[in-house]
Amino acid sequence: MANYSTNEFRSGLKLMLDGDPCSILENELVKPGKGQAFSRVKLRNLKTGRVLEKTFKSGESLEGADVVDMDMQYLYEDGDFWYFMEPDTFEQHQATEQAVGDAIKWLREQDVCVVTLYNGSPLSVVPPNHVDLAIVQTDPGLRGDTAQGGSKPAKLVTGAVVKVPLFLDEGDVIKVDTRTGEYQGRVKE
Amino acid sequence: MADNWQPGINRSSLRDRSELLQSLRSFFQQRQVPEVDVPVLGRSTVTDSNIESVNARVAGDSAYLQTSPEYFMKRLLAAGSGDIFCLGKAFRDAEIGRRHNPEFTMLEWYRCGWDEHQLMDELAELISQVANARSEAPLTVTKVSYADSFKSVFGIDPQSTELGTLQKMAAELGSESWADESRANCLDLLFSLKVEAQLPDGLVLIYDYPACQAALAQIHLDAKGRSVSRRFEAFFNRMELANGYRELTDAREQRQRFDKDREQRHADGKPEITVDEKLMAALDDGLPACAGVALGVDRLLMQLQGAESLDQVMPFSWSRS
Repeated sequence: MANYSTNEFRSGLKLMLDGDPCSILENELVKPGKGQAFSRVKLRNLKTGRVLEKTFKSGESLEGADVVDMDMQYLYEDGDFWYFMEPDTFEQHQATEQAVGDAIKWLREQDVCVVTLYNGSPLSVVPPNHVDLAIVQTDPGLRGDTAQGGSKPAKLVTGAVVKVPLFLDEGDVIKVDTRTGEYQGRVKE
Repeated sequence: MADNWQPGINRSSLRDRSELLQSLRSFFQQRQVPEVDVPVLGRSTVTDSNIESVNARVAGDSAYLQTSPEYFMKRLLAAGSGDIFCLGKAFRDAEIGRRHNPEFTMLEWYRCGWDEHQLMDELAELISQVANARSEAPLTVTKVSYADSFKSVFGIDPQSTELGTLQKMAAELGSESWADESRANCLDLLFSLKVEAQLPDGLVLIYDYPACQAALAQIHLDAKGRSVSRRFEAFFNRMELANGYRELTDAREQRQRFDKDREQRHADGKPEITVDEKLMAALDDGLPACAGVALGVDRLLMQLQGAESLDQVMPFSWSRS
């Protein structure tokens, strides 16, 4: 990979830091009037998700990270790996449980996710912002309670548990925002 | 990008900018200090290894946009001008960011026979005047030595602490590459990231900078017998605003510092800059004892307005030029 000098730093640039791929969130020039210039950088470690702050001397360079984000279709899982396919080439990639992370509870076969590849292997998976999933288990709603706007837990087909209004039953399909895990509405078949 | 023709500054800030420029001028008029409009385009420039000049060409010859009016003003002082101020543009290459613009407005003035503490007091009066005209609460002014401000954050003395200790601290705070940096660079990192962030609101004047960061200031012994530079900096709400000196008048020492700058530039692989011999000749003839300070006017306006970036207080910052 190419090296990037501090004057090429910008948000979104992917760099190697201490052996891990990182993405620049913010970069600010610090330059005392009579002193050396430096770049104060906020980065996200793409493996751990942790945000760190580093300050580099101006002109210093870091190795670029071979990281790309790609839309891929989720196919299936076999207990060990989760399989994703590039829609153009039909090339398949297997992601570990660690790479899939929290996306696990939203993955429905055929849904298109953003898969981040690092050196060609999935590093992380971001599910679609909204998914439609069926309720597989929930307590029956009590009559008369609906006016209170109360809610109850419901288990979805993917295993996720979300809070839903009392009038919903098993078998109903609902729309969920995967970023917040919140119920968005009922989907009419 | 051609559709981005609009200025970064809004109408009320533009008016406020005009008022600020006028009040800076009238401050000096009232004190009978004349304005001088020295060139921004010159044949020579600074040798400072941390300041890059913008190159120009005049009739085929190499020229530079001035990084401050300092050298021309010192030649006027040596010629017997007496107290002078300059309000104009200065240029520094590659300084682009929220708090940096390659072209900026600088106020610089010199007071003959004054020391740096008298000049700090005048600077505080000037900033108080323009700040109090815009705010209900009077501006707080704090004065503290570099060593005391450094010690209050890190618990150690910036000059007597071993270089290795400072390098280790800088590497932990910055990144590994600071482990073999000079004392001046390590102190700059530690001060910029930690001490500045903890300064109180208002105007803070930091004086007696370490001898290794003297730039063009005299060296003297402080109250505790440490050799420090007679340089000060002003911070306004934690942002560096002004830099001043009890000016070095010893031509021989000045030449040594310029030669050291040139060696540093060579070591850093930066373009070679020849010493401004006209300035040296003026110093040889004799610069009167004086104190001088340079202030970033755009940054002053940024703090007076509580703006987030220079772009909001300049008609057209670099990105819009």
